[in-house]
Amino acid sequence: MALPKYASPLEKAWHYAYLVICAAIFFFLIVPIVVVIPLSFNAEPYFTFTSKMLSFDPSGYSMRWYDSLLTFGMQQPDAPRGLSWWADVWHNAKWVQATKSSIIIGFFSTVVATVLGTLAALGLSRPEMPYRRIIMAMLISPMIVPIIITATGMFFFYSNPCEPLTWIGLNPSCGKLAGTYLGVILAHATLGIPFVIITVTATLIGFDQSLARAAASLGANPRTTFFRIIMPLILPGVISGALFAFVTSFDEVVAVLFIAGPDQQTIPRQMWNGIREQISPAILAVATLLVIFSIALLTTVEMLRRRSERLRGITPH
Amino acid sequence: MANALDPHAAIVIEAGGLDQGGTLKTADGQPLTRALARSSRRARRRAFLLVLPLLLFILITFVVPIGQMLQRSVKNDGFSANMPQLSAWFHDHPRGTEPDDAAWAALAADLTASAEARNIGVVGTRINYDMPGTRSLFTAAGRKARGGIAPPYRDAILAMDKKWGDPKLWAVMREAASPYTANFYLAAIDRSRDETGKIVQAPPEQRVYLMLFMRTFWLSLVITCTTFLLGFPIAHLLATLPMRKSNLLMILVLLPFWTSLLVRTTAWMVLLQQQGVVNDVLVWLGIISDSGRLQMIYNQTGTIIAMTHILLPFMILPLYSVMRTINPSYVRAARSLGASSWTAFRRIYFPQTLPGLGAGALLVFILAVGYYITPALVGGSSGQLISNMIAMHMTQTLNWSMAAALAALLLGGVLLLYWVYDRLVGIDNLKLG
Repeated sequence: MALPKYASPLEKAWHYAYLVICAAIFFFLIVPIVVVIPLSFNAEPYFTFTSKMLSFDPSGYSMRWYDSLLTFGMQQPDAPRGLSWWADVWHNAKWVQATKSSIIIGFFSTVVATVLGTLAALGLSRPEMPYRRIIMAMLISPMIVPIIITATGMFFFYSNPCEPLTWIGLNPSCGKLAGTYLGVILAHATLGIPFVIITVTATLIGFDQSLARAAASLGANPRTTFFRIIMPLILPGVISGALFAFVTSFDEVVAVLFIAGPDQQTIPRQMWNGIREQISPAILAVATLLVIFSIALLTTVEMLRRRSERLRGITPH
Repeated sequence: MANALDPHAAIVIEAGGLDQGGTLKTADGQPLTRALARSSRRARRRAFLLVLPLLLFILITFVVPIGQMLQRSVKNDGFSANMPQLSAWFHDHPRGTEPDDAAWAALAADLTASAEARNIGVVGTRINYDMPGTRSLFTAAGRKARGGIAPPYRDAILAMDKKWGDPKLWAVMREAASPYTANFYLAAIDRSRDETGKIVQAPPEQRVYLMLFMRTFWLSLVITCTTFLLGFPIAHLLATLPMRKSNLLMILVLLPFWTSLLVRTTAWMVLLQQQGVVNDVLVWLGIISDSGRLQMIYNQTGTIIAMTHILLPFMILPLYSVMRTINPSYVRAARSLGASSWTAFRRIYFPQTLPGLGAGALLVFILAVGYYITPALVGGSSGQLISNMIAMHMTQTLNWSMAAALAALLLGGVLLLYWVYDRLVGIDNLKLG
């Protein structure tokens, strides 16, 4: 990026202006995420910096919004904070319940998406795979089709999963999937699958097939070859695919709004309700926690990507 | 063992393994071509079997639901299922027949029956979709018909309400007598059928959908342009800096990418409010007065700003990966041949970035066209997109067929763009992070 020696003064001026513009765009990218963090410690129910906060007066800051995350929905929030108070938090606090549902749904949908997606990616990256392009396009489509359309279709399907069978002349009756954990898990697995496929096939592009052949020639059966040779090499890709799938589920609100029942109140749904009804700085406290969570995820994925490149012998240029 | 992984390894050609006919043979005496064909067939089957579970899964949980939605967009049996006798009369008599005594008798019988089964509301709702303001006509008739309607039916029903004699109503009921209809698609492009079955434009105050489609298209275009204007310099900077520095700056692009969508939308709501941080800073700097605080949210501006921020990484990442591969010596050569830096950029550098630009722009546009959450939260009424209308019909008016028809039209547009993307960029080249 260094300026060449022959640059004219005008070009120099433009170069520095360009750097300033870039800095401004980076500022635009990062500021909304950074600004919610201090605001979540606001002692007042406002969404802007109070004069006390700007003068770094400790009384301008408080943990009250984080505390309200625990007490919201509790039966006896004012009871002394002993073991029974924490038991109350665990069983009744709405945000705690939301976290539990989000983790359950996220975990199982990630498992389904990762297992099916990795198998499919292994098949798709074989040169012999028939109809590769069209199948790939179909498997990626849940990511491309707008979520509102997917959720609309899922709403019809999950409220009456047997209806499609009537198209082929059958007439069975079955229960609903809407309003159950199973329904939301399947829906989120569908939405997470494209991410697993994309990351795992990207890992397999540089995969050296002769390693598997070498294992086979040394007497390993296909299963051993898979678990001892292929799996460790593609594992970084599989894990980052799984993380993508988990984040997709953890952040998904439209499908949940359409097909989940009152029991599947996830964090995004609780946030959505909070923002639509009465937005309070408690939302910013949740946002801060989620930002910290995404920083942790980003770090993990970056480390995995580098490890994967090192394993496959691709050095950054 | 070995053939499990590499089918071709199983084929061993014996030295001089040619028979009298001159064909090559494998160790077990089969013609080589046949053995090869079989082994490659086996390899294809094996690859396909790996993909099959997921293919079935996506088929059941994604393709079938979309199919169900498409079916719903042309099918609504709210009238035909609950008004069987009148539907049969419509079936037997061609369009243009005046309702005779049999028709009025069928109407009376159906009204009584569905009032007793308590689904007259469903019937009224179905007719109301095509002819607004008629739901109460049905529910009122249902209340009066509960004890049965005495002949002569025509006079008895017209005595309930004069509107029952309206030829438009009969035309609409004739349409609804078949469970399959294209009327929801017509309504989705602000058209309807008049008494004679001709397609006419909806009255001006009811024309909303075409305007919304246009607005969705226009706003997506604007957002694609703003992401390009902001993304291009950033991608260029990241691509030309040394790896260490650019990796560090890349975090600033990837962190928003990994942060929850709702968090980013909330952050913009907080920043752009009238009592929010941006307005406070502008007042403090003296650019605007305290009474003249800007309205930057709950309108189109809010939608554009927030969506530009959210979709910016989708523009930067493809641009960056293309720019990284551009050889800097081309620009240097152009400069050495006397091009000004602007000419060198315009004629040499920029054309080479076009593949990344195309990929990023298409991706951003496809994602923007279907956006729901952000416009719903920061868009107010002027920043709503077509997806918000779909959600409204799904959750508030419960006109599911209408929602499905709108969704089907949007889906058609998105799939067309997806096809273009696959043609130009290739779906395998989609990269994340």
